[in-house]
Amino acid sequence: MEIFGVPSALLGSQLLVGLINGSFYAILSLGLAIIFGLLNIINFAHGAQYMMGAFVAWIALTKFGVNYWVALFLSPIIIGALGVVIERTMLRKLYKLDHLYGLLLTFGLALIFEGLFRDQYGISGQSYPVPELLQGGVNLGFMFLPIYRGWVVVAALTVCFGTWFVIEKTKLGAYLRAGTENPQIVQALGINVPLLITFTYGFGVALAAFAGVLAAPVYQVNPLMGANLIIVVFAVVVIGGMGSIMGSILTGLGLGLIEGLTRVFYPEASAVVVFVIMVIVLLVRPAGLFGKAA
Amino acid sequence: MTSAFHPNPEMLRIHDLHAFYGESHILHGIDLQVARGECVTLLGRNGSGRSTTLKSILGLVGRRSGSIMVNGKEVIAEPTHRMARYGVGYVPEERAIFSSLSCEENLMLPPQVASGGMSVDEIYSMFPNLLERRNSPGTKLSGGEQQMLAMARVLRTGAKLLLLDEITEGLAPVIVKKLGEVIVELKSRGFTIVLVEQNFRFAAPLADRHYVLEHGEIIATISAEELPGRMDWLHQTLGV
Repeated sequence: MEIFGVPSALLGSQLLVGLINGSFYAILSLGLAIIFGLLNIINFAHGAQYMMGAFVAWIALTKFGVNYWVALFLSPIIIGALGVVIERTMLRKLYKLDHLYGLLLTFGLALIFEGLFRDQYGISGQSYPVPELLQGGVNLGFMFLPIYRGWVVVAALTVCFGTWFVIEKTKLGAYLRAGTENPQIVQALGINVPLLITFTYGFGVALAAFAGVLAAPVYQVNPLMGANLIIVVFAVVVIGGMGSIMGSILTGLGLGLIEGLTRVFYPEASAVVVFVIMVIVLLVRPAGLFGKAA
Repeated sequence: MTSAFHPNPEMLRIHDLHAFYGESHILHGIDLQVARGECVTLLGRNGSGRSTTLKSILGLVGRRSGSIMVNGKEVIAEPTHRMARYGVGYVPEERAIFSSLSCEENLMLPPQVASGGMSVDEIYSMFPNLLERRNSPGTKLSGGEQQMLAMARVLRTGAKLLLLDEITEGLAPVIVKKLGEVIVELKSRGFTIVLVEQNFRFAAPLADRHYVLEHGEIIATISAEELPGRMDWLHQTLGV
């Protein structure tokens, strides 16, 4: 069977790849959007934190025999705790300064983290096995769906929409949204905003680490895996609108799919299509598709 | 003497309060006292330090020194978010209604930090407009409704000392009248109120005492009884 002259199996598999990439874009850009919303800091260390999440899972498995399912919880907790330390000891000192200082600090941290891991493990990738429960695949008739890849999409979307629900529909989320608008008044109303900021940064970082564990069996675990991805993720955040939660999720998924389709119909452009869209969005709607104009 | 049987009648005592924004020295040794259940106003021209005095109580200025006692406890070293636990409720000049929250979400946002806060039913009976608009986004409310919401928001928390900054600014006379009635009712319920107000006609009949500020210092304290005899001086000083 062919669709627009393309075999359905090829189209389906590229759309699936696009959906998987889109899931990673969504979960990473969501973390960035949450951090930017409350802290006003562009967290350039996000890619390195994603990489460290994958490495924690790999080290836990190879050194301590900790399985994938435990790592899926353990790694975000460990890397999230590291995020809390970074926020408490470094980022806190920059809040009253221009955004640029936060970006520079986190960029420096990303280089340090990547350098440390490169020094320790080299740049060749480490393989992480697909957990037994998620091995194999399902024949959908028009394409073959590896179960693990389906799981990545389901897990990423569950976490993304769960996060959206907490932010939009709960009291904690109301504190976050209000804190994003006017942290001083939220403090005057009796809410511990410094603690909220620490928690938010830790949670955003934990999301990156969670994505890292999901990615470990799909891609090879290597120190530069985050650096390769983070530039695209920043483009996704810009297209969705800085600080927009739903914008990050939908844009991440949508751009992953567009990238997949481009790979089928015009493969030469697949590596740049996200950036072409970013340029167009910046020219037509600088606040992003879901962002509010300043 | 303060005891469980003779509670401290003083709700707020400020002594030698200095406040700074960066290098700018804004308050130059403010001294004031407010008794429990009293309503006092801070009067003065723009830039005299009235709003900064309220912000200093909450720790919303860059740097401050001196002494701030709330209900007999020294609080100058306390972080801003703990001030609500001492029973301090702040209604800022800009109202600060959160645009991403509905009217009711704005109302329910602050945690109840002390007993004796007004129930949501009591608040809606005091401000019926808010009940009708409870699902509207915060910034879709009119200026008067936003002001009512800003006040209602702190009444639910259990705050007993209300710091109200220019609550009548830019509002229609009918809303100003309503806010005056609300303040009279809050006084009758035992709330202590510090009112920063440009609208002297609004503030004069409500307050027990008036502090007049100029260049970050208190230059006069006028009781309600003394007010008629000091009106000419006040008009000259305030330029009203």
